[in-house]
Amino acid sequence: MSLALLYGLAGIALVAMGLYAALAARHVLRRLLGLNVLGSGVFMMLVALASRASDSAGRPDPVPHAMVLTGIVVAVSATALALALLRRMHAHDGSPRLPEDRDDASDGPSP
Amino acid sequence: MTAEVQVFDAVLAVLLLWLGWRALASADLFKAVVQFIVFGLLLSLTWVRLGAPDVALAEAAIGAGLAGALLLDTLARMGPSGAADEARPLALTPARVGIALAVIGLAVLLVASVLALPARWPGLVEPALQQLSASGVSNPVTATLLNYRAWDTLLEIGVLMLAVLGVWILDAEPALPRPAPDPMLGLLLRVLLPLTVIVAGYLLWVGAHAPGGAFQGGALLAAGGVLWHLARPLSLGPSRAVRAVVVFGFAVFLAVGVAAALLGGGLLTFPPEHAGAIILVIEAAAMLSIALIMVALFVGRQRPATDPQAADTTGTQDTGAAP
Repeated sequence: MSLALLYGLAGIALVAMGLYAALAARHVLRRLLGLNVLGSGVFMMLVALASRASDSAGRPDPVPHAMVLTGIVVAVSATALALALLRRMHAHDGSPRLPEDRDDASDGPSP
Repeated sequence: MTAEVQVFDAVLAVLLLWLGWRALASADLFKAVVQFIVFGLLLSLTWVRLGAPDVALAEAAIGAGLAGALLLDTLARMGPSGAADEARPLALTPARVGIALAVIGLAVLLVASVLALPARWPGLVEPALQQLSASGVSNPVTATLLNYRAWDTLLEIGVLMLAVLGVWILDAEPALPRPAPDPMLGLLLRVLLPLTVIVAGYLLWVGAHAPGGAFQGGALLAAGGVLWHLARPLSLGPSRAVRAVVVFGFAVFLAVGVAAALLGGGLLTFPPEHAGAIILVIEAAAMLSIALIMVALFVGRQRPATDPQAADTTGTQDTGAAP
């Protein structure tokens, strides 16, 4: 098993659990954590598969590395914007859940 | 880089998956976020193992540091009613079986496609290294970011600007009450902030031929700015000066790109003999903007306390803490 395969498969596992959490969780912050783990899994797949290209000097493919660098920065700015939306929703409605998830809320007051 | 899998890699992969799952499934959201931060730090170790030190630097500063700070800050601002969640937030209820099956199906497809890929693949190494001498820098990742794919990086800075615009529009709630000034934080700030500035400048310069660059340097500066905000709260609302710095990096990048087009090269196509200097100018401007944008994303648009007396008290506390 090569490094690329090991970390590629680990990346897929992260994508799967992040996607599950993003879809199944009710708390919006947990959904955001899910999306971040999902993103990390995608980055890991990209960088792991880039390491297959190592030449004789051991240099992996720089293009996926640049893409992942861009991805990390975009992910954190999108997270910051989503967190601002969450704070606004919480200040307005008093609940950190989306309206359709609030019906049987055991905690957190619903409006 | 050795392509051998060692015990270290197996342990790291297992730890990553376990921490990733704990970061999602911990009932206590505070614990979940802390585990997410540790997950980010381990992830940057993974980038080193995979021969991507540029990504590792950015991950350690942004993915683990800044994202964690943002998440913890939101948890604190929402208070107890915002931090409460179910005891088993991701338990497999009948309603979630469909989601779980779909996710497993996607994972199986992904595994099948990764296994079907050839074990060795030349990728874009050859073209990236062939053009390296004409790119103005000798670090292939910096060359890709600032020269081959400069358009992507320009738009990325645009995304950062849009995010901070959104945060300014949305974030109109009053700030948390200011904590009493912490002498330790003040001391830490005085020691760490100059170091942060020096290391950020170093990363910017060294990015031309070794791991580093505007994003890593900017993220480090931003970490210093966040520390500053924690020690002595900053007000980084959309004032004229702050907006000017936020736009500065994008404006310089775009101006240089358009100038290159007017001089006959094409949009963002830099003449090889000046590419090194051009990239350094763009990166320096971008680093300043990136750092300020990230601090502004963290600080948000905190309105000063509405009670004038409270504002007055915090004001005097601040002067008391100043060195």
